[in-house]
Amino acid sequence: MSDYSLAELCIAACAEAWRGDGEVLATGITVIPRLAAGLAKSTFNPALMMTDAEVFLVDEPVPVGKRGDYTIKPEGWMSYARTFDNIYGGKRHALVAPVQIDRYGQTNISTIGPRDNPKAALLGVRGYPGNSINHANSYFVPSHDARAFVAGEVDFVCSVGYNPARWPGGKQPQFLDLRIIVTNLAVLDFGGKDNAIRVKSLHPGVTFDDVQAATGFPLERPTDIPTTPAPSAEQLKLIRETLDPHGARSSVFKGDPPGVRQAA
Amino acid sequence: MLDKRLSLDAVVDRLSDGMTLGIGGWATRRKPMALVRAIARSNLKDLTLVAPYGGPDVGLLAASGKIKKLVFAFCSLDHYPLDPHFRAGRQSNAFEVRELDEGLAQWSLRAGAMRLPFLPTRVGLGTDVPVEAGMKTITSPYEDGEVLLAAPAIRMDAALIHVHRADEKGNVLILSPDPFFDDLIARAADEVFVSTEKLVSTAELDMAANARFNPFERSVVTGVVETPFGAHPTGAGPDYGIDLEHLKTYAASATPETWADYKARFVDVSPQDYLDAVGGAERVGALPPPVY
Repeated sequence: MSDYSLAELCIAACAEAWRGDGEVLATGITVIPRLAAGLAKSTFNPALMMTDAEVFLVDEPVPVGKRGDYTIKPEGWMSYARTFDNIYGGKRHALVAPVQIDRYGQTNISTIGPRDNPKAALLGVRGYPGNSINHANSYFVPSHDARAFVAGEVDFVCSVGYNPARWPGGKQPQFLDLRIIVTNLAVLDFGGKDNAIRVKSLHPGVTFDDVQAATGFPLERPTDIPTTPAPSAEQLKLIRETLDPHGARSSVFKGDPPGVRQAA
Repeated sequence: MLDKRLSLDAVVDRLSDGMTLGIGGWATRRKPMALVRAIARSNLKDLTLVAPYGGPDVGLLAASGKIKKLVFAFCSLDHYPLDPHFRAGRQSNAFEVRELDEGLAQWSLRAGAMRLPFLPTRVGLGTDVPVEAGMKTITSPYEDGEVLLAAPAIRMDAALIHVHRADEKGNVLILSPDPFFDDLIARAADEVFVSTEKLVSTAELDMAANARFNPFERSVVTGVVETPFGAHPTGAGPDYGIDLEHLKTYAASATPETWADYKARFVDVSPQDYLDAVGGAERVGALPPPVY
């Protein structure tokens, strides 16, 4: 048995997205990315800016859930308008959770199925198009399977990816910058040939074949694939006691499984 | 003496079938819901709704069959991510959609507010958004030669905005920490109807202290209607927070039976009966700010 959960492993893996980013706005949408941004800011990248998920920039990450006696520590203003001003300036790295992603790193959160007769209407494209063409982006996919990692293109392309056929004038957008994809099985990046998606690390107990079998397109396979590093004792303490005291992370994966996958 | 005061019904009377109507606010915050409910009760039809940052305003008008076309970037109840009425309408093709990115909508509204045909942007390039909406690109005339998207202007016949304080001349204050893009929505509309938590005298606006909360000048405003708790169930912080409990009731009203029940209790009623039905002024006034 590992002494950390899959959720905690994913939080630590997602936090790595912001290592070396310097003074940018870290936006983590959904529980694990948000906790990851807080972890990165609390440890190896204190220069990161974060918000209270509403309107203030805060000097320390706001714990998830009921706050009790905790009061936020505002250090600045990040209104809706300023959020976009910052996006247009590129000083942001978002880690968001799309419903579909394809081999180009294009993602979808709008509609599933045919556009004129959608099987499921989701949120709408939100800010995905603008984010993807203005600043660094990473993705979190909690359920790594062929419904999420689709064959072909996603049903409605909400964010730009490494697909030259869609680039304006055939030229790569100058600020397109996709970094990593963290899933329940592995960490992927765009370091393959022509930015192809490859496996960067495998979560403990997961094989390349497991990941490939759960993906609707071929993945690049480096010769040596490391294991996703376990969260450190310091990281676990921060996650459990400070960032997520009510344990919101435990409901992300069904049954809150351990970080080290048990042999089947 | 300027007097722009109107009643809820008088605002609805100023609107007409087939018009393009904008709505301010953001998802579950500061939506002009008293006006939206008045429209839901009216005979208005075939509206093109410009609600880029949609919430229960979109869902309520969808459920009431008022929308011919929806221009939006998202529709969310925030804590309950998906609005069931919006989903049902979209999945059954009950209305046409023009789906925009949040920033692209900002730029299109800004172009409309500036009386320009378009503004250039990178937002949307490389995605399905401009393709579906039939938008065109423009090549920079300068040395860089970059291909950019020409975000087409959005203009509206009328817009509805909810504010905290207004005087009868149309001087307004939005006191919440985020004014969102209400200024752009207002300036891109031919007529702007403002619902306000409180109608006060010009002196009581205390502009010397509050000027930064004044989103646009009074010439932008056509009419003012006083609607205490008029954003409910969305929040109008700092006056009151989001009513999560009511949103839960609303989110559970997507079957024909539950919608009929919701409509009878919360839509087809006077503003005073609505307030009583949701727990009264004391309860709504004490709703806490949201926690994320």
